[in-house]
Amino acid sequence: MTTGVLTAENARRVQIALVGPPNCGKTTLFNTLTGGRQKTANYPGVTVERKSGRLRTPVGHTVELLDLPGSYSLRARSPDEAITRDVVLGRQAQEGLPDAVVCVTDATNLGQHLRLLLELRQLGRPLILALNMMDIAEKRGCQISIETLSRQLGIPVVTTVAMRKNGVQDLLGEIDALLNQTPAITGTATTEDWQEPSADVIRAYHQEVERLLREAVIQEAAPERLTRQLDRVVLHPVVGPLILLGILFLMFQAVFSWAEAPMDWIDAGMVSVQQWLAEHMEDSLLKSLVVDGIIAGIGGVVIFLPQILILFLFILLLEDFGYMTRAAFLMDRLMSGVGLNGRAFIPLLSSFACAVPGIMATRAISHPLDRLTTILIAPLMTCSARLPVYVLLIAAFIPNTTVWGGIGLQGLVMFGLYAVGIVGALIAAGVLRLTLLRGGRQPLLMELPSYKWPNPANVLLGLLDRARIFLRRIGTVILSVLVVLWFLSTFPAPPAGATEPAIYYSFAGMIGRGLEPLLAPIGFNWQIAIALVPGLAAREVAVAALGTVYALSGDEGAVSEALTATLAHDWTLATALALLAWYVFAPQCLATLAAARRETNSWRWPAFMFIYLMALAYVAAFVTYRVALALGGG
Amino acid sequence: MNAYTDLERRAFALGQAVGLGFIQPLSLMRPGSVGCILTVSGSSVSDRDVERGLLEMGFVEGACVEVLHHGFWRRDPLAVRINQTMTVALRRCEASAVLVGPLLDPAVGATSVSNQERDPS
Repeated sequence: MTTGVLTAENARRVQIALVGPPNCGKTTLFNTLTGGRQKTANYPGVTVERKSGRLRTPVGHTVELLDLPGSYSLRARSPDEAITRDVVLGRQAQEGLPDAVVCVTDATNLGQHLRLLLELRQLGRPLILALNMMDIAEKRGCQISIETLSRQLGIPVVTTVAMRKNGVQDLLGEIDALLNQTPAITGTATTEDWQEPSADVIRAYHQEVERLLREAVIQEAAPERLTRQLDRVVLHPVVGPLILLGILFLMFQAVFSWAEAPMDWIDAGMVSVQQWLAEHMEDSLLKSLVVDGIIAGIGGVVIFLPQILILFLFILLLEDFGYMTRAAFLMDRLMSGVGLNGRAFIPLLSSFACAVPGIMATRAISHPLDRLTTILIAPLMTCSARLPVYVLLIAAFIPNTTVWGGIGLQGLVMFGLYAVGIVGALIAAGVLRLTLLRGGRQPLLMELPSYKWPNPANVLLGLLDRARIFLRRIGTVILSVLVVLWFLSTFPAPPAGATEPAIYYSFAGMIGRGLEPLLAPIGFNWQIAIALVPGLAAREVAVAALGTVYALSGDEGAVSEALTATLAHDWTLATALALLAWYVFAPQCLATLAAARRETNSWRWPAFMFIYLMALAYVAAFVTYRVALALGGG
Repeated sequence: MNAYTDLERRAFALGQAVGLGFIQPLSLMRPGSVGCILTVSGSSVSDRDVERGLLEMGFVEGACVEVLHHGFWRRDPLAVRINQTMTVALRRCEASAVLVGPLLDPAVGATSVSNQERDPS
């Protein structure tokens, strides 16, 4: 840092909020300003992420920078935007009024973005306007008189190029200048009597923006051509959906083929840890807990990290590129048919990796009923935790033959399971919107931003964030559940001379056997019933539990191989199909229910989710079992 | 300042445009056609939020709009370019609250007429 002028006493610890409309490059600017020194937390009560980072100004002030969710106006329409409003107005609990606000705008779209600035200026708080993406604007021939704009607005105006490290120097300088002034905070009263702007006030803002631009803009930017030309293809009524399908196909192909190698590494790593511990620890209950309970359980969950990261890599790239809103545009009509919003497409897509990030992504949906419906159907998307069970049962029961034109029957069944999940989700959404969640349709009003090359740093930081959230969840929720499950399936110990595997005599075994009469009509034997008890916490655990029930030992690969043979011999086809049908619908994931609780802020909706999915699973399994029996699958 | 209020002038312009047969809701415009927004209405109470939402996304009186695309099923939703800078997606239902008249700028107006004629309707 450049100077020692500043003594420790007069270096102020300040908080600055970064506010801006969506797609103005605010997050890129935030990343450039703070580098890796970021922290993600949650606001109490709501689950909007609080993204903050530290930066040091050239003079030496330490600034906590808050990245607030993008918003077109302080009149909040979604939970995300409500946070922006509350923080800026100082109404957010546990968050002081920020010392200053930096309003980020896209220099190529000032006509629309300056309105938010005017709203902020009304509050009378220290404010800096950053004209972002100035390089792009200049390339398109745009000339803006910064001095005129600054004089007219009465606030400092800087240009920034968020993509370049030295593109933010002016902004840092302005922040310093602002902090060195004696804090002339005059307008605390105005933040308190702030009111939602009425339609006429918004019109007045529009006129004011036009006047400002007439004064300050010397040369207007030439309209952008590339986005128009791309959109002509991407949004074409026939070609567009085909492109979307192609991208989705590529994405899932990548999720399954690229993730294979890292998943094998994780698997091998976990197995060697397990073996090492098995050799070096004394036989005791603690060893059983660590080796069989925790390591095996965590291994079974961590293994999905590569798939989740690859799916999110695609989602982040497409989002940064500007394609995701186009996908929402193409899907809107289909989804509004069942009362959903096109925006629900992105959360539902994330749910194919894992419903938890999918449910968290619903925050961007403004209408509460739309959002709730999306949360309730997200678990129906085939998440990667179902795959081990699908793979096991398909390998055991579906012959590896080809049907018409070289398509494998096994692959076809897998595709069918995905399709049943999607169709089930659409029907469930339609029914929910007609019954419990009846309400007015929320308008779709969504900016389709210009295409731009994804910023690698943005994508990388986003991916790290996802990985961190996923791993943190494993360290907390899933870990504690694993300990409980281990306890349930270990105690009480089997009596002397036991003929059945140990789990049969445990609490889990008792619960399983207790459930058996209930599950008999859908073709499940007591082994399945017992395996479903730990499987309730996390779907994939059921495979390991089945291994335990059938008293198989060895590493995971050997178990599932032996299990395939055992199941093919032991179960009827009808039972296997019923279990597959059950897995399409059953809400067997505590993490999902916990996420739904946090997002809806009550136990009511997760409880409802559990019950309706359970009922669906039971009915689906029952019908499948009976039909399969009738067709001779017994 | 002249003797007419803003509202009166707007109503006059509206009547004129209807008489000439130029005016139509945004929801009925074909891809490729352009126009100038005359009114964004929120007459009923339930429309007030829609009106503000539209205004916030840049659908304001006097703005120039161009319909770029529509969805593949029942031609819904629409993608509309506002003032040649921002593209916004909206459903027909909301688009019907926006009344669009002819563009007065002759340079852009020329293309608009040819586009409208070329489109089969």
